[in-house]
Amino acid sequence: MGPFIETLIGGLMTGMLYSLVALGLVLIFKASGVFNFAQGAMVLFAALAMARFSVWLPQWLGFDSKVLANALAIVMAMGVMVAVAWVIERLVLGKLVNQEGVTLLMATLGIAYFLDGFGQMIFGSDIYKIDVGLPKDPIFLFERTFPGGILLNKEDVYAALIAAALVAGLSLFFQKTATGRALRAVADDHQAAQSIGIPLARIWVIVWSVAGFVALVAGIIWGSKLGVQFSLAQVALKALPVVILGGFTSVPGAVIGGLIIGVGEKLSEVYIGPLVGGGIETWFAYALALAFLLVRPQGLFGEKIIDRV
Amino acid sequence: MLYRENGQFKTSYQADQQIFPILQDRAAIALLLLLAFVAVPLLAPEYLFRAVLIPFLILSLAALGLNILVGYCGQISLGTGAFMAVGAYAAYNLHARIEGMPLIASLLLGGVAATAVGVLFGIPSLRIKGLYLAVATLAAQFFVDWACLRLKWVTNDSSSGSVSVAGLNVLGIPIETPVQKYLFCLAFLSVFALLAKNLVRGHIGREWMAIRDMDVAAAVIGIRPVYAKLTAFAVSSFIVGVAGGLWGFVHLGSWEPAAFNLNRSFDLLFMVIIGGLGSVMGSLFGAAFIVVLPLVLDALPYWLGIPIDTALAAHLTFMIFGGLIVFFLIVEPHGIARLWSTAKEKLRLWPFPH
Repeated sequence: MGPFIETLIGGLMTGMLYSLVALGLVLIFKASGVFNFAQGAMVLFAALAMARFSVWLPQWLGFDSKVLANALAIVMAMGVMVAVAWVIERLVLGKLVNQEGVTLLMATLGIAYFLDGFGQMIFGSDIYKIDVGLPKDPIFLFERTFPGGILLNKEDVYAALIAAALVAGLSLFFQKTATGRALRAVADDHQAAQSIGIPLARIWVIVWSVAGFVALVAGIIWGSKLGVQFSLAQVALKALPVVILGGFTSVPGAVIGGLIIGVGEKLSEVYIGPLVGGGIETWFAYALALAFLLVRPQGLFGEKIIDRV
Repeated sequence: MLYRENGQFKTSYQADQQIFPILQDRAAIALLLLLAFVAVPLLAPEYLFRAVLIPFLILSLAALGLNILVGYCGQISLGTGAFMAVGAYAAYNLHARIEGMPLIASLLLGGVAATAVGVLFGIPSLRIKGLYLAVATLAAQFFVDWACLRLKWVTNDSSSGSVSVAGLNVLGIPIETPVQKYLFCLAFLSVFALLAKNLVRGHIGREWMAIRDMDVAAAVIGIRPVYAKLTAFAVSSFIVGVAGGLWGFVHLGSWEPAAFNLNRSFDLLFMVIIGGLGSVMGSLFGAAFIVVLPLVLDALPYWLGIPIDTALAAHLTFMIFGGLIVFFLIVEPHGIARLWSTAKEKLRLWPFPH
């Protein structure tokens, strides 16, 4: 029982992190109908910016405080992500209004290539470390119930807490603020929103900035776990099944989907993997999402797709 | 003045139904084929065959297959690389395990294997649509990647995971030199392009297009979505599988699963979109663009005489590639094929303004 619960909790933690990336995808899809393949590239870009600024800023400004360096680096990285959002809206999305979904998808792939190249050009392509002071030591739970207790990584717990806080914050932002309401209006119907005076261009910049912020948080957490390197961009591929499982248009879906995928992936790797040669993590998430989709084609929490002739 | 259909009257059903109803088109295609089959082998240098022409032909074939699925039937697939891999590995297994298996037969049977896998992964398309389907097809990609890497019998128990073929020949004629390889691939492409063109003109192609434009409406007027979608998956993955076999056998010679990874799928989708959705000619344009672009970007610093760091060059290539793709999508979202037909339209009136 011990190992099972350990795997389960490990899966939940990883799932929480997947849902962070998935959240960025969902936000953008909701507001602009763009399936943003560049989310992974944005995570990498934000993490690179964060990692580099936290080293550069103390050098440039000549101070030595770690906390200050991290705080300033986060602000700078966020500034960079807002700039990226603005440029994307100006140069790409604004010009591609009313195009088909697949064209927009390919455009975001182009953006992903661009960001990958650009990020590594200005920030360098080595492996960098992000250290925002997440504790690394493991803790043991229920030592009396199970022999050896259940191993839990403190870092994962903090990461999951941050992710949960972020989701809660975003939900509040969407439900309670005027901007959030405008965002939901745009998500519902571009034209109707525009006709009652909601500026589409500004809304898109905001949404991409929020997605950039989510990418930054994901980048910091993943980056401090795995180090900031090119493979971070691949995390987005893990987030894709999460999004289709939860439904493209649902923020809670991204979270629940992430948890299901995270748990499914870890359990399958441990219990089914050895039977077929291991490494099934790469595709199991997709197979799981596919199985769910066969029952509910719009994902668990997606809006029902209604076809009209 | 030169390119116009005035005065070319169709007096029989046969004349009405031919692929190229205009005389000038027929002449242009004949000229093009003559150029490709005779002039290019005589004139082109060896480097051009290896680096440009052979990859171009094979990827055109794959793009053609994908275009049937995405452009004609409207089912977005991100798993093309997987179907290429299935074609290549199935052909390899037939080639390696069966003594005296003819090359063409193993390539075609590789295509058949890809068809089976394609139809299998096409089944979800009956229920899942649009972007959900696109992501779901990634399942095929990752599953096949994994299978090629982990399942030993797929690679005929080779220890390193990479496989290789040698001594290719068709009816005793060896396929060794670049020119022979080029002609071999060109023959495949020509035959399949003709087949594809005829398929999409026929009733099945029209069913695909009806499904693409609106599947509910198509079902209402009596088109079976199951049949139309699965045939599109079958035909598409057959062609893609054959292209995969050619890519492995003829272009690479020896390969690893990474040759057919996700980036290959993305590249093919780029080709189809930049070339033009729903156009046979567009697949060729798109393949040419995506094959030549990285080569030009790599060579550009040398041509300009700017010494450039290799890491920087790699990043710049990424950036320019991404930027150009976005630029292209903005300038001509319907692809090069649209430019081509606009040009033909203009040519019809030229040199008169109206």
